[in-house]
Amino acid sequence: MRSEAPTSSQPPRRGSGLLERLNPKSQSALGLLLTVPTLIAIFGVVLIPFVSSLLLSLQRRDIGRPQLDGFVGLGNYLKLLQDDRFINSFFITIGFSLISVVLELILGIAIAMVLNQRFRGRSLVRGLIILPWAIPAIVAAAMWQWIFNADYGALNALLTQLGLMESYKVWLADPTAARALIILANVWKETPFTVLLVLAALQGIPQDLYEAAEVDGATAWQRFSAITLRLLLPVIMVIGFLQLLWGLQTFELVQIITNGGPASSTELLSLRIYAQTFRSLRFGYGAAIAYLTGLIVLIPAIFYIRAAYRSIVEY
Amino acid sequence: MVNLSNYRHFFKSALLYLAVLLIVIWTVAPYLWLIISSFSYRIDLLQVPLQWIPQRVTLENFQGLFFSDGGTNENAALFLHSLRNSSIIAFSATFLALTLGVFSAYALARLRFPGSNASVAMMMGAQMLPPIAMVIPMYVLLRRFNLLDTHYGLVLVYLSFILPLVVWLMRSYFASIPSELEDAAQIDGCSRLGALFRIILPLSGPGLVSVAVFAFIAAWNEYLYAFILTTADAKTLPVLIGEFSTKLGLEYLRIAAAGVLASLPPVILALVFQRFIMQGLTAGAVK
Repeated sequence: MRSEAPTSSQPPRRGSGLLERLNPKSQSALGLLLTVPTLIAIFGVVLIPFVSSLLLSLQRRDIGRPQLDGFVGLGNYLKLLQDDRFINSFFITIGFSLISVVLELILGIAIAMVLNQRFRGRSLVRGLIILPWAIPAIVAAAMWQWIFNADYGALNALLTQLGLMESYKVWLADPTAARALIILANVWKETPFTVLLVLAALQGIPQDLYEAAEVDGATAWQRFSAITLRLLLPVIMVIGFLQLLWGLQTFELVQIITNGGPASSTELLSLRIYAQTFRSLRFGYGAAIAYLTGLIVLIPAIFYIRAAYRSIVEY
Repeated sequence: MVNLSNYRHFFKSALLYLAVLLIVIWTVAPYLWLIISSFSYRIDLLQVPLQWIPQRVTLENFQGLFFSDGGTNENAALFLHSLRNSSIIAFSATFLALTLGVFSAYALARLRFPGSNASVAMMMGAQMLPPIAMVIPMYVLLRRFNLLDTHYGLVLVYLSFILPLVVWLMRSYFASIPSELEDAAQIDGCSRLGALFRIILPLSGPGLVSVAVFAFIAAWNEYLYAFILTTADAKTLPVLIGEFSTKLGLEYLRIAAAGVLASLPPVILALVFQRFIMQGLTAGAVK
């Protein structure tokens, strides 16, 4: 693997052909011609909103009291620092995302290790694993909402029928349980992504490494930690940051299952932004929370991009 | 001695199958419960203790989505309308993103031109921006151009995440095709664009399919933008399901039926194109 790595991991070869070396001018004309439409589209739907949201976040824009509208500089951001509900949302979002990512990684790696073994019906099971990833998040949300239902939900039914619980519980009325259950739903939805990527990466580990380690008398755990985990580490980092990035943006799953409750105990930043902007109609303040959330998301994004590049170079 | 190793082998494979069984249950059981619910009678589903395997099945939950029962129910009209909206918007966004994206992906994979590196960086950045931070300015912009609650508006907005995805995936796909093939075609008298159409695109079939499947699933499943940027005319299926589940409470069976139908296209696509999806995921995340 290592010895063949350089050929497969070189950056895409650009302009290595015969003709583009002969004619660089027509090459750049064609390149621009082919790319400009996409750039215009991205500029229109990504860059303009991105910049205008920054400007919006520096203004007071309150549909309820438009006479006070105007430029407030960093006012919205300063106000955020004293806004208890924002601070609450901030920590809930961080906790939700970090716990989700850790569980998704542990569970995803474990499942991938099992599915990498030889057994009957392996390709069928590998196909089924993709299911939670494919269904719309809103469908998953409605599904879990019903499973967690206090009176008729499958969770209560299952736990009482198994004898683990005496009577039905109103799960979503308890802050700790509500937080645990939205994490459960999120982990269910997101783990398949980890499984598929880890499975793909496992194919790249040469089998003779394990055989050599076995000859040397390494235990199963030693083989796992010294070979599998070590070689997978770059890919695991990439997956982790990507999942963190997505976890921080979770919206519909929580909006449907708990709608932020009980008593704001599951109010993620995304739900806070929605409430401030589209319920209280405070567009400037909502944009400030949104921008700050964007900046928070940027941290794993930068790590993701760096780790993604490193994993290409090292693999 | 032989016996002992036999036992060990048996124990190991029993453990393996147990683990596989647990994985299948964890992955499939909640969704299976949604499907079972969608074919159940309301009264059966509200039983305590709950019957896991229904004694009788019914199609009435699905019928209720397509045919209004006695004129009092407008759910059917709403469902068909949003199904139509979702189809139009997801197909249009996928088609538009592929048409625009394939050419720039090709240029970014093969040609050297001023601004090519900046373009790559911009598209990667665009892919990372959180929709929740983008949706407020998009709302303001669409309102200004009278595009709120229209198909056009939502298709444009969906380009913001589908187009970077298409460019990103196709770029790495094109880069994996040996450029000698185009050189040969050009020496035989093909223009650069001619080589793209006659040599590269036909060879990129699997890549194009996987990217199209990705783009379609992403557009079909999208909720946040549609939730905020549409109200009636362009409302998509996910938004309708969201409304069902916040407003209707115990009308769960309708939601279950609608949920099963809404998840059919992505689930079927994902199962049929499973291998492409895996390649696409890997290429998209780590290449």
